[in-house]
Amino acid sequence: MSVQTTEYTVSEIRSPASFITSRVFIYGALVFWAFICLFPIYWTITTSFKSAVDVTQGHLIPFIDFQPDWKGWRSLGLSPDSIFQTSTVRDEFFKRFMNSVITSVGASSLAIVIGSLAAYGLTRYRYHFAWFKNEDISFFFLSQLILPPVVLALPFLVLYREVGLLDTRIGLILLYTLMVLPIVIWIMRDQFNSIPVELEEAALVDGLSIWGAFFRIVMPIALPGMVAAFILAMVLCWNEYFFAALLTSTDAKTIPVMVASQTGSQGINWWSMAALATAAIAPLAVIGIALERYLIMGMTAGAVK
Amino acid sequence: MNRGPAVTPDHSLRLRLQEGPSKRARFVADQTSTANQWPADAAPYDLISPARKRLGWALMAVATLGLLTTIVLEILYKTETDTIGFETWRPVVYAYVLWGVALGIGQVLTRGEDGQRALFLLPALLFTIAMVIFPTLFGFYIALTDWNLSSFSGRKFNGLDNFWQMLGDPYYRNALFNMVLYVLAVLVEYVIAFGLALLLNAQIRARKFFRVVFLMPLMLSPVAVSWMIGKSLMEYRFGPAATLARHLGWENPAFFSDPITARISVMILDAWTFIPFMMIMLLAGLQAMSREVLEAARVDGANAWQTFWQVTFPLMLPVSVTAVILRIIFKLKLADIIITVTSGGPGGATDSVSSFIYREYRDRSNVGYGTMLAMAYLVIIVVFVTWLLKFANRFVRNVN
Repeated sequence: MSVQTTEYTVSEIRSPASFITSRVFIYGALVFWAFICLFPIYWTITTSFKSAVDVTQGHLIPFIDFQPDWKGWRSLGLSPDSIFQTSTVRDEFFKRFMNSVITSVGASSLAIVIGSLAAYGLTRYRYHFAWFKNEDISFFFLSQLILPPVVLALPFLVLYREVGLLDTRIGLILLYTLMVLPIVIWIMRDQFNSIPVELEEAALVDGLSIWGAFFRIVMPIALPGMVAAFILAMVLCWNEYFFAALLTSTDAKTIPVMVASQTGSQGINWWSMAALATAAIAPLAVIGIALERYLIMGMTAGAVK
Repeated sequence: MNRGPAVTPDHSLRLRLQEGPSKRARFVADQTSTANQWPADAAPYDLISPARKRLGWALMAVATLGLLTTIVLEILYKTETDTIGFETWRPVVYAYVLWGVALGIGQVLTRGEDGQRALFLLPALLFTIAMVIFPTLFGFYIALTDWNLSSFSGRKFNGLDNFWQMLGDPYYRNALFNMVLYVLAVLVEYVIAFGLALLLNAQIRARKFFRVVFLMPLMLSPVAVSWMIGKSLMEYRFGPAATLARHLGWENPAFFSDPITARISVMILDAWTFIPFMMIMLLAGLQAMSREVLEAARVDGANAWQTFWQVTFPLMLPVSVTAVILRIIFKLKLADIIITVTSGGPGGATDSVSSFIYREYRDRSNVGYGTMLAMAYLVIIVVFVTWLLKFANRFVRNVN
């Protein structure tokens, strides 16, 4: 706090005029970038309420430029007047939506469980598997981050067909777990490193087993880190398109695949596309606003010490 | 305050930035290993009875035998040498899972506390090995076959034919060249991200609001973003971005019709989603920087520009390098936006390697050749990233 006041005084001493210019510049830049971030979202949401004419004439502001209408949402079966009627589009949308929820939650949970265990083992104990030591094992896990999806996609396509996992949610969950596991291990290793070993030593002296100490002492302390890793993994899985597009067709299609498949056929239905895109991004937008703290915690793990 | 004391936190910060986690981890592990020599802990080693050990070994042996039997049966069934077997390979997966469980139990039974420790690592290790090693090896095999899913002839081994075809493929070369351009664009993204991080680190009101807003694009799925921005905002006839460009004097704002503009548009789309990622890392770096150093520089009469170039930037170098490398690794996977917005067009000009291989499979069902391209890309990436890490390490050490 005291540091911040000094900073103010230093810059104010220099000259009031330059202080004001710098303020104007800073807030100008902030507002400008906020506009760049928010305008596409604003445009998408408003477009879902526009009719064709409003889109082609580039109207921007509802009620002034154009009269909002539930058009886009009606085509999804989600507008107030159509919500109680049967709608095949809505059924499909909810099916895709549930697929996305199940795959991303399932994959994130699985990754958190096995990733946390591995990270804990790697920070606390020394392993020797043949000539592999801790550093090598850590490197092995983290190096999976480099692997581009395209390398695994085709072998998995063939493998999954042989194993009978093509177009199943389990198949996607396994792949997504693999995709986020390095990130989870990275974050959790950082977490466990910041927990003093003395806590577990005390627990061991008190008669807890190794696993008992992990579950009763370490887990509760590391919980915020787990939440952070979980949310980051969720975001990555929810937005994943490449594997989903290649490995699913009818049953396990996720939301991004549905969004992508809408374009193309007989021109673009602006309003329904906008409604669909809005519905696809809404859950993550809510998570981003509500749990921003954890997201940042996850992203900055290990970067700064 | 003079320069003297200010140097100390700066120095220690640098040290910690460079070799924080690994050194610490080693230290922690060593501590535990001494702790394990306590008598109280040593006891369980002696308590494992020979019978328990035998049980453990037997369990692991049975499980291994079971797994091998399943695999052999399946191979025999598939090659039609016998009739007992299953339609798909799925039982092999179940057998592998059971084998993993048995291995875990066997470890605890035979090695006691050591086995319990191994149990932390085993699930992740078995999972990753099964999911990565086998498919990658299998991929290398597919890469050496002539295999088109839409043709009737099936899979045929054809040696290095795919490789020679790849060397002469101008579209693949073009995709690789594009990857170089896309990776170079990371530097521009870095500059913008650094600027934004500095803005957020300044004395501003509503910092949390701006941080949430700036983070927003990262949350949105690239596919939705492709539609929202690429197909709609940048629409040639009436998209707001095109309208704005016309007002600014660009008569024919077609964002995706000539190769260079299309590439830049793809870069902008990708940058929009991923700048927040680097921004957050850099912001964390800025916030971890000790205030005393900046203050000392200011007291010594450095202006804002000098402070930035001679204090902030060098101190931020390790974080910057981490952020840029992570971003490059993500950039090398770039595909979604290109597949959905341009599908490689105009004429393959915007193709990334991933999107090119995706279309090779989707449009031409050419699994063998596509896999060869993917495997070649994997080798290139591994070499490149290894070099990048080495280079970055030396770079950080030289500058500091």
